[in-house]
Amino acid sequence: MSYVTKSPWVIHYDGSSCNGCDIEVLACLTPMYDVERFGIINTGNPKHADVFLVTGAINEQNKGVVQQIYDQMPEPKVVVAVGICATSGGIFKECYNILGGTDTVIPVDVYVPGCAARPEAIIDGVVKGLSVLAEKKAAMGKKPVETAPAAEAAATETEMKEEA
Amino acid sequence: MTTMILWVIAYLIFAPLVGGILAGLDRIVSARMQGRVGPPILQPFYDVLKLMEKEALTVNKVQDFYVMCFLIFIIITGGFFFAGGDLLLVIFSLTLASVFLIVAAFSSNSPYAQIGAERELLQIMAYEPMVLMTAVGFYMFTGSFRVSDILTFGQMPLLYLIGIFFGYLFILTIKFRKSPFDLSMSHHAHQELVKGLTTEFSGKTLAMIEVAHWYENIFLLGFVFLFFVNGTPLGIALGVVVCLVAYFLEVLIDNSYARMKWQFTLKSSWVIAITAGFINLVVLRFMF
Repeated sequence: MSYVTKSPWVIHYDGSSCNGCDIEVLACLTPMYDVERFGIINTGNPKHADVFLVTGAINEQNKGVVQQIYDQMPEPKVVVAVGICATSGGIFKECYNILGGTDTVIPVDVYVPGCAARPEAIIDGVVKGLSVLAEKKAAMGKKPVETAPAAEAAATETEMKEEA
Repeated sequence: MTTMILWVIAYLIFAPLVGGILAGLDRIVSARMQGRVGPPILQPFYDVLKLMEKEALTVNKVQDFYVMCFLIFIIITGGFFFAGGDLLLVIFSLTLASVFLIVAAFSSNSPYAQIGAERELLQIMAYEPMVLMTAVGFYMFTGSFRVSDILTFGQMPLLYLIGIFFGYLFILTIKFRKSPFDLSMSHHAHQELVKGLTTEFSGKTLAMIEVAHWYENIFLLGFVFLFFVNGTPLGIALGVVVCLVAYFLEVLIDNSYARMKWQFTLKSSWVIAITAGFINLVVLRFMF
């Protein structure tokens, strides 16, 4: 059994959210919903986090920030897009400065739609993310085997280019 | 000699278990104080086991070495204490352990970790006089710095070292990393310094710090226990009860105070050390 599902620590980043979803994320920590029952802690530190909660759409300014937070998190990690803006861009999708949902920058594992997403939905999304987390943990040991053919393919590609 | 070795082995095995369960109780009691249900009692163990599973992500190579030294020296400190060793040696190796943690935090170039490390230095400055006075108090009362001699002295030290006892309880808040004195790092999500001292540590390194913290807590409660021994089972029972009450008190204080500035931490702990600690020593010198 993997212990990642027993103590998922969360980092919450507000992209360009209207704060509706952020308040709902924080509501999960209150006595009403109390996600610490599941061992979930809200950390402010990407290096301690397992689950990345993103709210709001991605724009030119926060693109790099989201990418960097994601890169700083140690494997295994899961990304949960909270709210319709983080899922697809929502009503801001057509804006000149909006790139779209979170998946335009980093791979997203769970989408939690809603405007604003309800705390129940967010908790459900994180719990769904836990099974992904367990899968990723199980795949961690096998990683070198998986990447080896890819590296080989890349090598043959460059060889072919050189020949050409 | 054999009992000494048995005590050290018992400390090595049971201190992290008891420390982890105390940390779990701490989280449940804190949650209840805030009107929440709180995590399972084994949650601290789940956290550490999870951290062991995580990818190793370090800023530089020396960092893990220093953190490892921190853990080893905390264990050695507790080992000396539970083997009935010299209190001064215990205090010095405790300080050495803290210095290793600070150097580990400084070795990463993160501004958050560095401010955390500076604050940790200030905290050491704040609590060290009182810790030394505690050892001196035990020496003046029993005539020996050795824990084994204090245990067999026969009179309850608390009655003569009451000021030192309260001074020690005061600095225990700093050592347990509880509000209002959790300047350098806190177990809660106060995000003013991200995670202070431990910002740049993750995975196994962070797990080592957690385990070291459990060892440290048990050894610090051992000091509280030492105030109550008088060679009878009643003294032992009283000591254990007071240890638990002291721990509960720290959790209560943690939940009812906001974080203070370092100036207050330094001033208040030195004022307590001088009034409660030093006056107690002077009285002990001239009265008995």
